[in-house]
Amino acid sequence: MKRLSRYRRHKAAAPLLLVIALLAIGTTFSVASASVKQSSTTFARTAAIDEGKQIFLKGCSSCHGLNAEGGAVAPSLIGVGAASVDFQVGTGRMPMADMSTQAMRKKPVYDAEETAKLAAYVASLAPGPAVPEDAVLNYERDGSTAEGGELFRNNCAMCHNFAGQGGALTQGKYAPTLMGVEPKYIYEAMITGPQSMPVFSDKTITPAEKLSIIKWIKAAEAEPNLGGASLGRVGPVTEGLLGWVLGLGLLIGVAVWLATKAR
Amino acid sequence: MTNVEKKLGSVANYVDERTGAAAWMKKNLTKVFPDHWSFMLGEVCLYSFVILLLSGTFLTFWFDPSQREVTYEGSYAPLQGLKMSAAYASTLHISFEVRGGLLMRQIHHWAAIIFMAAIVGHLLRVFFTGAFRKPREFNWILGVGLLTLGIVEGFLGYSLPDDLLSGTGIRIAEAIIQALPVVGSYLAFFAFDGAFPGEAFIPRIFTVHVLLLPGAFLALITIHLMLVWYQKHTQFPGPGRTEKNVVGYPLMPTYMAKAGGFFFIVFGVIAFLSAVASINPIWLYGPYTPGQISAGSQPDWYMGWLDGLVRMAPPIETHAFGHTISWNILIPGLIVPGILFTGMALYPFIESWFTGDKREHHLLDRPRNAPNRTALGVMSLTFMMVSLINGGNDIIATHFDLTINQIMWGTRFGIFILPPIAFVITKRLCLSLQRADRDLVLHGTETGRLLRLPHGEFVEVHAPISPEKAWTLTSHEQLPALELTETDARGVRRPGAIKNKLRARMSKAHAVSVPKVSADDLKQIEHH
Repeated sequence: MKRLSRYRRHKAAAPLLLVIALLAIGTTFSVASASVKQSSTTFARTAAIDEGKQIFLKGCSSCHGLNAEGGAVAPSLIGVGAASVDFQVGTGRMPMADMSTQAMRKKPVYDAEETAKLAAYVASLAPGPAVPEDAVLNYERDGSTAEGGELFRNNCAMCHNFAGQGGALTQGKYAPTLMGVEPKYIYEAMITGPQSMPVFSDKTITPAEKLSIIKWIKAAEAEPNLGGASLGRVGPVTEGLLGWVLGLGLLIGVAVWLATKAR
Repeated sequence: MTNVEKKLGSVANYVDERTGAAAWMKKNLTKVFPDHWSFMLGEVCLYSFVILLLSGTFLTFWFDPSQREVTYEGSYAPLQGLKMSAAYASTLHISFEVRGGLLMRQIHHWAAIIFMAAIVGHLLRVFFTGAFRKPREFNWILGVGLLTLGIVEGFLGYSLPDDLLSGTGIRIAEAIIQALPVVGSYLAFFAFDGAFPGEAFIPRIFTVHVLLLPGAFLALITIHLMLVWYQKHTQFPGPGRTEKNVVGYPLMPTYMAKAGGFFFIVFGVIAFLSAVASINPIWLYGPYTPGQISAGSQPDWYMGWLDGLVRMAPPIETHAFGHTISWNILIPGLIVPGILFTGMALYPFIESWFTGDKREHHLLDRPRNAPNRTALGVMSLTFMMVSLINGGNDIIATHFDLTINQIMWGTRFGIFILPPIAFVITKRLCLSLQRADRDLVLHGTETGRLLRLPHGEFVEVHAPISPEKAWTLTSHEQLPALELTETDARGVRRPGAIKNKLRARMSKAHAVSVPKVSADDLKQIEHH
């Protein structure tokens, strides 16, 4: 301890402590807020409407009503289709953890089988978009990356950002990042239009085009950062921040060093 | 004399006999420059400008400044087969096929970011230390001009690749031109040779970006440096430093080595950033088409404050005599920046007007010793920071779990409320620091050694500060406020009473200070 305290008035002590403190806070934060890994679900097709209804009554009806007719805080689910349920429940958005502005992606509460039963129940109420089958989702074979990019920039980038990193909407709503989202859920989001998102019907964007968009998103996700650290792929804000903090910061550090008188 | 020395001597003699350079070199190579880290911010600007020239020249070898439509057949798969402008395609070519091209592009862009940051840092140093005072007012104006040119030049560079982001920026620039009352739409047609986006704008701004503005930069930087040379560099107050001398090291060899080495350090830092951090990944943005836009479209940071001001403006328009006046763009996009930059350029004259100080100043002020000026500077910075924050409102909203509306309304009020608060706090801090200086001179530094007196009292031993430090802390002058009476000696009201009143008020505010330690104070303390 005595050894350490000898250096407490050293010139480098304050900057060093600052760096240590920042690192400590950063590490603590990133450990504490480590994102929950999405557990992959495989779609099971053995759903019984009755079982689905039981799950619905226990977990969903307090907001969506006993017959899914909706209520003061939640919309009616009649006619939303199985795809909508699969998206909302499968990505953990439903049931909501709290009454915030927007349901966010989290660890799903129901497993694949329960989700399928819920979807079967809601689909039985009125016709709606069905969960796309795996055979339909062969985007690697049926999609085109370049065309998908063009469609993405025309239809998606204004909310989800040019690289699918997500963006802010009004009043605290947001377009979530598309990185790490299963192709099935991207497809379902386009056909059901969850939350603030519009519905992109098959007339607006054909199924083949949807697959192209998915292919482009998956290509963007897999693309290595060609120019070095990506800085979040959110444009010039982080670039300016790094330029000031690291760029000019380093240069000022050197200038201070150069202007120090030799002893 | 060795053989080599003889040979060198005869070469030098040959040159001197024909140019007379020896006398000039002898005088100028021994020129003395003072030493302080903040004096090197201007050097960072100069060196990053040199890097910009070099890397920019490299980029012009392959860049095709044309909006001619081509089909991309390069090596970046996700864009293959798309129609795009030749400008964008050639930027992709530089990034992916030209050896070292992506690194050069990133060096060019990072150098621009650091160039502008260093200009602002340099400007702050000059402002807060009062280095703009007589005889350096012209150089201050040149500096403001260089800053303005830098913003324009940077924006044009950001616009050239014709990617989705740059096209969005050009679209906003067009809107700002159109916001000019009456002539706006004609000017926009003139600039774009017809309707947006047209095919003329990128070739035109290319000429401006690589020829006109760099030429203007070279000329202005030369004059800027010649004035520094002629007027000599300012220095911080200290023992042996006066208004009539410069204390420091000679250009040759000390500064030649330091400045030469520093150039390579600046180049090194920029190259390092460019090697490890991506900037402006245009291949991700995609080619520009007017129908597309990305969330989080921002300008580079030095335009961010302008974008922030436009983003916070409430939607107000008036229609008169068949013309629409868009106040929501006109005020934040043209009027406010116009006032800010004019005020900044004129500040040296304004200050000397209300202080009545027309003398030459070569010794710098410590910022705390000019509380009013320091507070004014921090106030302006606060204004800029608030607008800059709103410029990044969407990114801040998603990353800090806020809403765009909160940030917009926060900055709408903040832009009026926070700068005055910053002014008051800074002024008080400066005065407190003056008080601390006074204490230091009178009572010395705390040593951390505690003494127990015979009757049990504990005291901390204070060590007197060195005479040099005491000199540094007390050598500044504290000018009294101007005495501007409303009437002259015969009781007749002076002309321009309102102007005089304003001048007297500003002068009084400027003169507020904690009295520095005088010789009498010191005698008294010795007396105890």
